[in-house]
Amino acid sequence: MCGGAQFLDSGPEYNSCLVSLIPGLICVGGSLSDQLFQAMRQSIIDGASDTATQLAQQALANGVDPIEAVNQGFAAGITFAGDQFGCGQMFLPDLLASAEAIKAAINILEPEMLKRGSQREALGKIILGTARGDIHDIGKNLVATILSASGFQIFDLGTSVTPEQFVAKAKEVDADIVGISALLTTTMAGQKAVIEALDRNGLRPRVKAIIGGAAVTQKWAAEIGADGYSRNAIGALELAKNLMSKVMNKGTA
Amino acid sequence: MRPRIQLLTPELIGRILCEAFELLMSPGVRVGSAPVVALLRSAGIEVNDGVARVPESQARNCLASAPRDFYLYNRQGEKAVHYGGDDVHFDPGSCCVQMLDPDTLEARPSETRDLVRLIQVTETLPQFAAQSTAVVCNDAPSAIGDLYRLLVVLQYSHKPVVTGSFSAAGLQGMIDLLAADSGSRDNLRKKPRAVFDVCPSPPLNWSEFASHNLLDLARAGVPAEIVSMPLAGGTAPVTLAGSVTQHAAEVLAGITLHQLAAPGSPVVWGGAPAIFDMRTAGAPMGAVETAMLNMACAEVGKHLGLPTHGYLVATDSKFVDAQAGAESARSAMLGALTGINMISGAGMLESLACHSVEKLVIDAESIASAYRLVRGVEMRGETLATAMFAQTGLSGEFLKLKETRALFRQEQHLPSPVIDRNAPGSEPLSDAFTRARDRVNELVSMYQKPSLPEDVLRKFQSIVEREADRAGVASALHGK
Ligand code: B12
Repeated sequence: MCGGAQFLDSGPEYNSCLVSLIPGLICVGGSLSDQLFQAMRQSIIDGASDTATQLAQQALANGVDPIEAVNQGFAAGITFAGDQFGCGQMFLPDLLASAEAIKAAINILEPEMLKRGSQREALGKIILGTARGDIHDIGKNLVATILSASGFQIFDLGTSVTPEQFVAKAKEVDADIVGISALLTTTMAGQKAVIEALDRNGLRPRVKAIIGGAAVTQKWAAEIGADGYSRNAIGALELAKNLMSKVMNKGTA
Repeated sequence: MRPRIQLLTPELIGRILCEAFELLMSPGVRVGSAPVVALLRSAGIEVNDGVARVPESQARNCLASAPRDFYLYNRQGEKAVHYGGDDVHFDPGSCCVQMLDPDTLEARPSETRDLVRLIQVTETLPQFAAQSTAVVCNDAPSAIGDLYRLLVVLQYSHKPVVTGSFSAAGLQGMIDLLAADSGSRDNLRKKPRAVFDVCPSPPLNWSEFASHNLLDLARAGVPAEIVSMPLAGGTAPVTLAGSVTQHAAEVLAGITLHQLAAPGSPVVWGGAPAIFDMRTAGAPMGAVETAMLNMACAEVGKHLGLPTHGYLVATDSKFVDAQAGAESARSAMLGALTGINMISGAGMLESLACHSVEKLVIDAESIASAYRLVRGVEMRGETLATAMFAQTGLSGEFLKLKETRALFRQEQHLPSPVIDRNAPGSEPLSDAFTRARDRVNELVSMYQKPSLPEDVLRKFQSIVEREADRAGVASALHGK
């Protein structure tokens, strides 16, 4: 082995300290359900699926409204985690654990929600996939994680998806948004092909088309008539929320 | 003594290979296409549901038939790059989609004029033993973008080329171009001018496109560089040792396919391994751990006696700034100290997405320093110092010694004006980027375009027209 200079190890785990120090998240006193919601939030931030599951069960046993449990408890946790990720304070493995934890909690609460007829509304339905011929899926997966953790229902068609597959899925699930990722200059043409296919099938402008990937630019998005583009996953979330508000406005107008 | 650096102990390399062979059996390797499955089965390798289980004995046989070394040749047919042993060469990074505009400092889609400028500068710098198809030309039809880039390089350069294709169908056209350049497919096989990067998809997946390219290259006798890119923590185990193991398994699987198709065909133990950024999901090419992965992967390849390749001298910075300089210079040194045969990546910014000619000339200085470093501290003459002191006594007049005059050029690398040493005639208060811009202009004005024989140009033309037809694009490409 080669010897050499000795480097200082990086410091303590700032990240986990930070999370538990967030004011308002450590709750002192408050009502029983406040304390429960508090614990729920923390279980998601900690990415503790087991704790989240137990807390969901406890909520049901105590007769807490499952919708309340999600909105005031678990979902608040994932929003916090998403924000922390967005500002570089939380890391991907932590975020993925948070996403798993909320999935576990909602699985427990879902039957009761169905019984009460009070399904939690998804923010919107989004189809994602990489353009035909493109196997780069890391960016697309990250976008899917962030969107789904934030309350969108995601249908991930995977890699190298044809325009026909995008269209068929959009029809099948009555999608609000179709997102096409492409990292190669050769596969960017596939983004255009998907948008054309959505047009041909009369799905647009109701269904919005968004695009992304390393070589994608605002100019390209405009050229192919996409409804939006983003350079990163957090931007994709904002974009999707904005587009949903347009979708909603149209629906009620 | 040539200085070198070694990250892995022999025991650890043994362990890495042992686990890599285990991975080839379980979980096995995903293989994408019918011809590949047929080839594997004909060699007695089991393939079920698109997953091949490659026994160690088979992989070892294929390792044994892979050549220990080979050469790339320049246009004149001379040996120009030796893939093998501890020889170190550098080429600019490949395939960027953007170019840093030195005037606006904005990254914009790269075009033919950018590729030409990169080629011109690379051609004049001895630090680069080979050209690369450095950027995608967004002003050319993307359906034949890979062929087009190679066409431009062949028209503007004498040096060997590191390239790659974007599709299974595109490769034949590129090989035809090279064959036209060499005179025939047979000449190309005897004196290959290019090496093709081929990438498995992590983890352990030889896609249809990549495996077809591998087989076609093997059969054409054109060198293939297997560029496995595990991203530690994202698409591969988070530990460096774990990712090196996955890299080894992916390359071993590739060599097996390649050698089964054409035993003895030249192949490179290459890679672009990186860590996975846990905040952005990106691939930080300038991270020291990324350099360590490249070094360790190459050490495994060298242990097996194969030609090696790595991706270094690149940065994650978006500008040609201190970060770019620090990351690129450090990895150039580390790659050279490891004795990696071909080191790609110079000029690259933004985790391989953007190129800069100005960065390329600064990187050339780091590369020159790295070459100087690996020459080490040499013994010149009978004594080290006493003979010189016998002449000077305590006068200190070393400048007058004939030894000084005779040896200083070998002892000291003289940097170009890109490096600020207050040289006479230099701008006293300029920064490296400004000096690099001037240097680029100077090199471009020194550059001379090769004149290719008419018949070769005609052949190029007809290949491009044929490929454009095949890809369904109008061809109006020639005469650049
Ligand atoms: C990792 C990588 C690979 C891995 C991919 C592993 C995987 N499972 O994805 C492997 C090794 C398999 C690979 C293969 C190849 N690659 Co590659 N790869 C990269 C690299 C280094 C990083 C990509 C990445 O993951 N970035 C990190 C993620 C998080 O960023 P992102 O993808 O941009 O996504 C973000 C945004 O763009 C946005 N976004 C993304 N999608 C979407 C979608 C929507 C709807 C929205 C709103 C936003 C959005 O949000 C994301 C999150 O922040 C890039 C260089 C680069 N810096 O981009 C080259 C790069 C893209 N590859 C390149 C090439 C050439 C190839 C190959 C052709 C190489 C070869 N000759 O075999 C093959 C192609 C295979 C194929 N057919 O697809 C070139 C592209 C050149 C070109 N012509 O366009 C690049 C630029 C590198 C280079 N200079 O060579 N590659």
